[in-house]
Amino acid sequence: MKVIYTDSLIIGGGLAGLRVAIAAKQRGYESIILSLIPAKRSHSAAAQGGMQASLGACVKGDGDDEDVHFGDTVKGSDWGCDQDVARMFVNTAPKAIRQLATWGVPWSRVQGGDRDVVINGEKVTITEKHEAQGLITARDFGGTKKWRTCFTSDGTGHTMLYAMDNKAIQMEIPVHERKEAIALIHEDGVCNGAIVRDLITGELIAYVAKATVIATGGYGRLYSVSTNSVISEGIGTAIALETGIATLGNMEAVQFHPTAIVPVGILTTEGCRGDGGLLLDKDGYRFMPDYEPDKKELASRDVVSRRMTEHMRKGKGVSSRYGDHLWLDITLLGRKHIEKNLREVKEICEYFLGIDPVKEYIPVRPTQHYSMGGVRTKPTGESPTLKGLFSAGESACWDMHGFNRLGGNSVAETVVAGMIVGEYVADHCAANPLKVSTATIEHFMKKEEKKITDLLVRDYGENPFELKAEMQKIMMDDVGIFRNGEDLAKAVEELKVLNQRAKNIALRNRISSSNPELVEAIRVPKMIKLAQCVAYGALLRTESRGAHAREDYPERNDRDWLKRTLTTWTDDSSDLPEVAYEDLDVMRMEMPPGSRGYGVDNTVHHPDTEKRVAQVEEIKKANPTADRHEMQELLNPLTIPEKFKGKNERIGRGYK
Amino acid sequence: MSDQARILKFQIFRYNPLKPGDKPRMVTYEVTEAPGMTIFIALNDIRENQDPSLQFDFVCRAGICGSCGMVVNGRPDLACRTLTSKFPDGEIKLLPLPGFELIGDLSVNTGKFMRAMSERVESWIHDINADEVNYEKLEERMDPEVADQIYELERCVECGCCVSACATKRMRPDFLSAVGFMRLARYSLDPRDKRTDEEFYEIIGDDDGVFGCMTLLGCEDYCPKDLPHQTQIAYLRRKMVQVR
Repeated sequence: MKVIYTDSLIIGGGLAGLRVAIAAKQRGYESIILSLIPAKRSHSAAAQGGMQASLGACVKGDGDDEDVHFGDTVKGSDWGCDQDVARMFVNTAPKAIRQLATWGVPWSRVQGGDRDVVINGEKVTITEKHEAQGLITARDFGGTKKWRTCFTSDGTGHTMLYAMDNKAIQMEIPVHERKEAIALIHEDGVCNGAIVRDLITGELIAYVAKATVIATGGYGRLYSVSTNSVISEGIGTAIALETGIATLGNMEAVQFHPTAIVPVGILTTEGCRGDGGLLLDKDGYRFMPDYEPDKKELASRDVVSRRMTEHMRKGKGVSSRYGDHLWLDITLLGRKHIEKNLREVKEICEYFLGIDPVKEYIPVRPTQHYSMGGVRTKPTGESPTLKGLFSAGESACWDMHGFNRLGGNSVAETVVAGMIVGEYVADHCAANPLKVSTATIEHFMKKEEKKITDLLVRDYGENPFELKAEMQKIMMDDVGIFRNGEDLAKAVEELKVLNQRAKNIALRNRISSSNPELVEAIRVPKMIKLAQCVAYGALLRTESRGAHAREDYPERNDRDWLKRTLTTWTDDSSDLPEVAYEDLDVMRMEMPPGSRGYGVDNTVHHPDTEKRVAQVEEIKKANPTADRHEMQELLNPLTIPEKFKGKNERIGRGYK
Repeated sequence: MSDQARILKFQIFRYNPLKPGDKPRMVTYEVTEAPGMTIFIALNDIRENQDPSLQFDFVCRAGICGSCGMVVNGRPDLACRTLTSKFPDGEIKLLPLPGFELIGDLSVNTGKFMRAMSERVESWIHDINADEVNYEKLEERMDPEVADQIYELERCVECGCCVSACATKRMRPDFLSAVGFMRLARYSLDPRDKRTDEEFYEIIGDDDGVFGCMTLLGCEDYCPKDLPHQTQIAYLRRKMVQVR
């Protein structure tokens, strides 16, 4: 039995995983990153549009700060987020972006003086402040009050990931590539590492660690059409679920991005609309102002995706052989802007659609994009139920996104969570000696060996590719943008059947080394379990919140549903997870529940909301001289690692 | 695009070095073309419906991660964004990228090569004060034009097409290749990197570096991101000549 020991084992080499590893290493703890692929190819690279941080250097970001960013994030989450975490996040994001600037990200910078932009379909000249010349600039994104999304052209994720991986290489952090964690090792409620399969040789290796960090991204590929990379299959989340101890949070919270190209589902960034692009219907009519007169195309993603779907249901979609779609028009931005700031979008249009977006409209429709749900963690990033197991980034339900994530808050979360969780991982390594019996390691190793042997010797059975396609179709058809009880119940029943069939997979290519069919056979049963967590959680949640939109329960119901869904899978022979709920405490909210300002407000309020609103008012009245930092301390006292506690400076404003 | 479905003929290099007795060979697969079909879609179709052992690498399938470099009808390119409609006769020959360790079939170990390249050129910002920066303060300013120029060179996705298209690399196994030159050019342009030309010379001032390049410029011809390899190699050369 091959065993590798380390202090922290990080599963996933994207932005979050790399940043955690860097943090742990900086504190003197050995870290090993496991990755299915070379780290620089991780899905983080696909983030085009930008990273939110309230630097407020560009003129349209004037007046921005942590509080405004916090408000946008909480509203965007439809009050489903953990406000402590959202607060830690917004306060740390400016530091994260500045750190990345020293690590090499060539952030686009402010050019003082006049420049032409497109706002609300009109060309407008804005004047950037000369004193901000050369500071990091920002663009507009959906659901934000200020221009806050910092960027490098539309290759933001790429430049961030390259800078981060280069930093990790400088620090000599090993990335064990083409390795897949297929089970977690745990004993007495403590996680001790993972059983890992080498995707080239097929060898199983036990990686034993004091802290194990899941940073494997989202589970978008549970759906047949997704903007996500093909590796975003949620396997890290699934192995946490399979411990029967770790809990998953809000798995039903799945975001659909308004503008992925038809039919292949490749993303065109929100920056297209942020920079002034419009959504048009089959008549070339700009329909969003009719639905959302205030934010129009730049309403929150969940809102825009629903409005687009509604509009297509009214017969206003453009019909094509791939079903209806709408148009994204960026022609009004002009060639110069597109070739500088939306060049990936241009390339994608040229290669995959054969069109020139400078002259032609882009066919788009809402497509699965982001997983708000994931491994439930405390604000420290550690699982509340399985000690020594951490998670960061999209794979985690750290829960700064609640039921809808704002554009630009995803890569921002990866690096901020990486910084913060990385500190707690280091703390954990400092405080906990490695204690695991070799018998336990062997037990988990044997179990995985047996599963693989069973697959390799079974003569007849299910085809893993077919099972996966069936699961993806169920999710697509019945657990999509608009949901209802009938479809969800059907999805749950069908997934139960798939879960049984997945126990009987047989292979055509029966070798244990490099074997794509075996990889699929190991993953698919895990994916079906995750799909069931999503579908069942969606069926039980009889309200609409953020991206979870129930046609049969259209109102947000704070009274009954201001709570987080927690899913565990304790009984391996069961076809359903166990579901429990954790209340969000209104009386501790810095920003008590209110209206997001889209459509009609039909919220069923929580009995504590009024009380907390009054209490917040009282606190404000009782402390008339408190500045915004002191007020935040009064309303939401926080534990942030010491090194990230300081106030952030802004141009023209200092540290106020 | 016509609605009449064509039958595409894929000739694919097959060899699994880990399978005892396996020999390199070309195997032909037929696939019914679908509208908008890419090589990514076609290869998955073959794996799912004809041969589940077929190895290849895709991640983003959107032309941005650089995983899927392979030789398509004689040209190194990103397979994910190559439409099958591009080939009038419907015949597509696929080979793994040469110059890299073969994992199996169309899958090569570009990751190992690129990590070694990054270590060799020390692909990171060299600034002894970088770790002392106070991130609460305003960031150091940068000329917006310079930031754009750095991004221009940082668009490389490490796909390896330039390495495979390089004749010098074929003759000199340790030749750094265009991907390494581009990375170095990117850092030499970056005011945050405090390395001197003398230090860069230590990395690329020999025949395995920028002086070894025979200027056949396959890198320039086949770079899927249209990076300015020719200009950068010429620029680095001139710069390095001035050092000694």
